[in-house]
Amino acid sequence: MSDAVATRWSQALRFAEQRLPALTRLKKKETLPIRLDRRRIYVVPSRFGLLFSLILIVMLLGALNYNNNPAILLTCLLAAASYQSIFQSFRTLNGVQLVAIQAQPCHAGGALPLFLHFHIDTKSRRSLRLRVGDDETVFDLNPGSSGKIALEIPAPQRGWQSPGRIKLYSEYPFGLFHVWSWLNPDFNALVYPHLDENAPPLPQDSTQAHAQPVRGRGDELAMLREYRPSDPVRSIAWKASARHDALLVKEFEQFRGREILLSFAALRGLDYEARIARLARWVCMAESAQVRYALDLPHRRMESGLGPEHRHACLSELALMPGAAA
Amino acid sequence: MKRAASILSRPQFALTLASVGVAVMPHLPHVPWLFSVPIVLMLIGRFIQRERTRARLPIWIKLPLIIVFPVLIAVHYGNIFGREPGSVLACAMLTLKLLETETRRDAHMAIAFSAFVLMSALLFDSSLLFTLALLAALGLLLAALRELEPRPAHAKVQTVRASAFEGLRASGLALFAAVPLALCVFFFFPRLGSPMWGAPTDGTAHTGLSDRMAPGSVQELLIDDSPAFRVAFHGDAPPRQNLYWRGPVLSFFDGTTWSRPEFRPSKSGNSDLRTSGGTISYQVTLEPSDQRWLLALDMPMTTPDNAVRGADMSLVRQAPIDTLTQYEVTSSIRYTLDADLNPRARSRMLELPEGVNPRARELATAWRRQFTDDNGVIRAALGLFHEKFFYTLNAPELTPRDTVDDFLFETQRGFCEHYASAFTFLMRAAGIPARVVTGYQGGFYNDVGDYWVVRQSDAHAWSEVWLESRGWVRVDPTAAVSPQRVDLGARAAAGASAPWYQADWLQSMRNQFDLVNRLWNGAIVQFNALRQQSLLTPFGVENADYGRLMSVLVACSTGLLALFAWWVLRAPRRNGDRLDAAYARLRAKLAKAGVPSADSDGPITLAERVRTRHPSDTSLADVFANYVRLRYAHTEPAEREIKRFAHAVASLRLITVSRAK
Repeated sequence: MSDAVATRWSQALRFAEQRLPALTRLKKKETLPIRLDRRRIYVVPSRFGLLFSLILIVMLLGALNYNNNPAILLTCLLAAASYQSIFQSFRTLNGVQLVAIQAQPCHAGGALPLFLHFHIDTKSRRSLRLRVGDDETVFDLNPGSSGKIALEIPAPQRGWQSPGRIKLYSEYPFGLFHVWSWLNPDFNALVYPHLDENAPPLPQDSTQAHAQPVRGRGDELAMLREYRPSDPVRSIAWKASARHDALLVKEFEQFRGREILLSFAALRGLDYEARIARLARWVCMAESAQVRYALDLPHRRMESGLGPEHRHACLSELALMPGAAA
Repeated sequence: MKRAASILSRPQFALTLASVGVAVMPHLPHVPWLFSVPIVLMLIGRFIQRERTRARLPIWIKLPLIIVFPVLIAVHYGNIFGREPGSVLACAMLTLKLLETETRRDAHMAIAFSAFVLMSALLFDSSLLFTLALLAALGLLLAALRELEPRPAHAKVQTVRASAFEGLRASGLALFAAVPLALCVFFFFPRLGSPMWGAPTDGTAHTGLSDRMAPGSVQELLIDDSPAFRVAFHGDAPPRQNLYWRGPVLSFFDGTTWSRPEFRPSKSGNSDLRTSGGTISYQVTLEPSDQRWLLALDMPMTTPDNAVRGADMSLVRQAPIDTLTQYEVTSSIRYTLDADLNPRARSRMLELPEGVNPRARELATAWRRQFTDDNGVIRAALGLFHEKFFYTLNAPELTPRDTVDDFLFETQRGFCEHYASAFTFLMRAAGIPARVVTGYQGGFYNDVGDYWVVRQSDAHAWSEVWLESRGWVRVDPTAAVSPQRVDLGARAAAGASAPWYQADWLQSMRNQFDLVNRLWNGAIVQFNALRQQSLLTPFGVENADYGRLMSVLVACSTGLLALFAWWVLRAPRRNGDRLDAAYARLRAKLAKAGVPSADSDGPITLAERVRTRHPSDTSLADVFANYVRLRYAHTEPAEREIKRFAHAVASLRLITVSRAK
């Protein structure tokens, strides 16, 4: 039943879209900056506004019935002031500009942090409210100061993600009128693939990793880390483990000096998305272990490297593997 | 919208509480202690409680209160509807609402209801100062609404005083800006000729005259503008000041209330009406009144069908008048009624209750000793009223026991019924047979329909005294008091030993203010459907009907709103940067001249483009160079240079450039 209603509703919205593109959420993507003007700001009475007008009508009827002119005057003044607040409400949004959007990288399944930069030329605005999805933020805008609004939207899928339609609205000054405008900025943030939580340690043997000549300092101990089920028993640091609650594993410098190859094709036995998640995790692990890594994907090979740019390039490639969100 | 209900911050709650307080406060003077004390205590208690915790009142406290208040009010007033109990109930409920107000939604409801309670306070007092105070209180309500708008999460919560000050400033401006529209609606919104429901007069005298007259009972009638009856004269109408429409005659006084003794139809010999010319015939169309009175001018000589004439010359129908009723009467306006008064009737007309109003009796006795004839006593009484009394509809309340004393010697202000009652009492005390006659006085002549309409607000009370050989004579003591008279006598009465508050300058200020009050009364309080109809007379529209008024209302308010819309929608002025504005103008001129530019084109690119199009013109290159220097070589270019640049742009003539192309 509710499905049928929902379909009807979206049909109605689509119809309205053809008539009033700015009114509905189905507005086409717009390039930044977006400036709000009277063509795209809409006003309706808020729920409280309707209730308030009902009270005003009751007041007017009472005053008229008693033919009490001061009471009529009071009612008229209140009605006029509350009605004229529609202009103030409109002015709250009029002239507001969305100048830029920034995003911070995140992994699918997490939350995508967004920063929206608003700007106004003239008077300061109060109680602006921004809603993306279920996330709502209240902010003020002052001319001259940067209106940088932080929000988070859920990022369910790897690939390009747009913030979707953003509702900028306000009920300032008296909560009687709801003014709003839909923003649909042409902006996409890259969402990295989901990280495999149960990934085994980085591949080291020649079947998985590309063999490299061992450099210099041999078997010198580099660090200790927690035991993972697939670690060889001989690498457990028994003495160190005895001093701790958990089993610790020795990692050797020799391991760091190597280069590893993270290959999509080698991960047989996993399905497509799981392989991407595994590789993404490995990229992160290699980065934190400071191991140079190369990435071999079906359509593209990333030569070995290390550092934030390399990491970003690899994760982007993984994120944009076929099947990503548009 | 589906967010969790947000708890009110401290300033939000404080302003909401202030709104409720300011709405309840004007009611306190008329609310009995039984209710006003708990209401005030609840407000204070809630304030203290909220300062400490953020908890709602538990249901086991709230629920009993919600039940107890209406029950108490019903017991106290015998009713919970009507003006008095209704307003007490509204105050109580509003206070109870505040007890549970914790969220924004609750606060919205409380403030909206406060507006209603605030308005209803004006039904009890509509003086100028009181009204102005309540209009100002609206500012607080709007400030509270403004404060309820959500604030950024990181914004620091302001102090109550700072937010109240800021809010009052903003809402004060909003109210001030709303004055033109409010006045426009006030004057042109069609008024009701008669109330929609019977509540306005609280059942005291709402359908018209009654056969009892206690102080204040006619007061409600005097603000009711609905027609009581209409009269068409067969022949010329008497002058307006002689139109005394006789209703119930009240000859029994119990100390506070004048009432009518058991009705006795006039049998032969019971009353003796002799007319000395001057009869007048007319047709009366009486509005339904649910009473049995038929109104007639002075002394009716004929009795309409289904009616009888009493010994006191009042006409009474057998059944209450519940539909529009038409009847013909012939009246005598020059007459002698009861030239001889039989002793029984005479003693009835001198009856006064024992022990009440001793000072009035004393005064009457003194007059009796002083004047030999009755006329002297009557003149003395009228002279007293004329000297010291003041006509007002807002008469002070009289002590229930000695109403006449209280009125004669203390308050000295009132309207027709006070004067009629006091005068009749004085006459009886002086041994002159007298009675109170209630009815209507005057009327409004409608020249289109050639008839008179008499309204409830024309209700009046006067006296009749019986004089030897002249019979019953009408005396209207209210006429002795000029309705227009400003209270000037008080100062003379105070004499040399005036206390500080009756000092000369204060007194004169008070008199000045009384004038302002009178103007207020004239312009606002007494504005009604009739006055509204004549509002458009200066523009050539006589008797504007609802449709006309509505169209004027719509036209005026549309005009005002259009003015506001223009103010809001006018292009935003960028006060910051005149340099950019001048450059934008330059670009516009170039575009017109055939060199369009995109937002992404820098000034140098654009200058280059202009140069390739018009290599000969070097003046433009200078202008661009100038702009680049001003814009990019300084953080804050000199005002003077910007002006020069703007001027250079303004004086450019690019049309020739495009033509040359």
